[in-house]
Amino acid sequence: MPRRKGAPEVNAGSMADIAFLLLIFFLVTTTIETDAGLDRMLPPIEPPDQDVVIKQKNIFTVNINKNGQLLVEDELMQIKDLRAAAIAFLENGADGSCNYCKGKRNPSSSDNPTKAIISLKNDRETKYSTYITVQNELVGAYNDLRDREAERIFGRTFVEMESQYLDPKNKDLMTETELEKLKDNVKRIQDMFPQKLSEAETTSN
Amino acid sequence: MAKFAKKKDGDLPAVSTASLPDIVFMLLFFFMTVTTMKDSSLLVENTLPSASEIKKLEKKDRVIYIYVGKPTREYEKVFGTEPKIQLNDKFANIDEVGSYILAERAKKPQELQNVLTTALKVDEDANMGLIADIKQELRKVNALKVNYTTVDGDAFRNLQ
Repeated sequence: MPRRKGAPEVNAGSMADIAFLLLIFFLVTTTIETDAGLDRMLPPIEPPDQDVVIKQKNIFTVNINKNGQLLVEDELMQIKDLRAAAIAFLENGADGSCNYCKGKRNPSSSDNPTKAIISLKNDRETKYSTYITVQNELVGAYNDLRDREAERIFGRTFVEMESQYLDPKNKDLMTETELEKLKDNVKRIQDMFPQKLSEAETTSN
Repeated sequence: MAKFAKKKDGDLPAVSTASLPDIVFMLLFFFMTVTTMKDSSLLVENTLPSASEIKKLEKKDRVIYIYVGKPTREYEKVFGTEPKIQLNDKFANIDEVGSYILAERAKKPQELQNVLTTALKVDEDANMGLIADIKQELRKVNALKVNYTTVDGDAFRNLQ
């Protein structure tokens, strides 16, 4: 018997139910977050071929003990003062070769930012959160200095420039030359204050 | 007048629900696109410390995760209360970290194997001794790029 009205209409009333089911599944499993944190490089395990001699005055020693107290350059210090002390050390510029430094040129402190090294030591009993706070302050000292120079030369902060450079979305938005220029600018600021943060093995006494 | 029969009150016209599936589908697609599946459930307590000078970990496929913290309440009886390492879905000892990193690295495509980052998700109450051991293990397998995962916030809050 021939059909009179073509195919019968499919009832779509349960479509909403199916969609709701899927929706609830994704609602439950979803986590909207991107992880963030402090990036660090560990030193390679094989020691360098020749020993490098570093002058004592170019090293800024930071010691954290198991109670979370700080010993900076053999003096007790509060963590909140660490950033200012690290900045003063980094841009001291004793040998006068650093024309953008605003330090005191104290002859017993670092020669110039490219030679200045921060050495961080901690006890095995040190709490992780204290360690992160100290790391944060030291990275913050570098970022403050870099921000200041980037502000002076390019009129924007270094942190902003770097995050724009690292953001994968900007690869599509920017032209090849723009990206290349940004990369050079970021590199230039990084070279002004190279991050030299050494971490020795922990002590347990 | 009989022709104009008065409407019974309470007889509201039914609201059309024909567009309901569209709305729901819209929401569904939103959640489908932003969703990321959790690949391992946490066996350890993981309250991350806060820091302000942070960088985002943009590409998830280039990250290997290591969790450290006290075992959660249900595992306390078996594993004690000292901070432990969690790799994937199980507790691990310090000497397993190296082989885990190598195994994870081998799973990634060739071109990513040199740009991997190890994200250390460490509970704020853990001790640095364990972290130092992990760092030593990472150096042994040449996984030098690490990220101490933190939450965005004032770093001095950690000290309280």
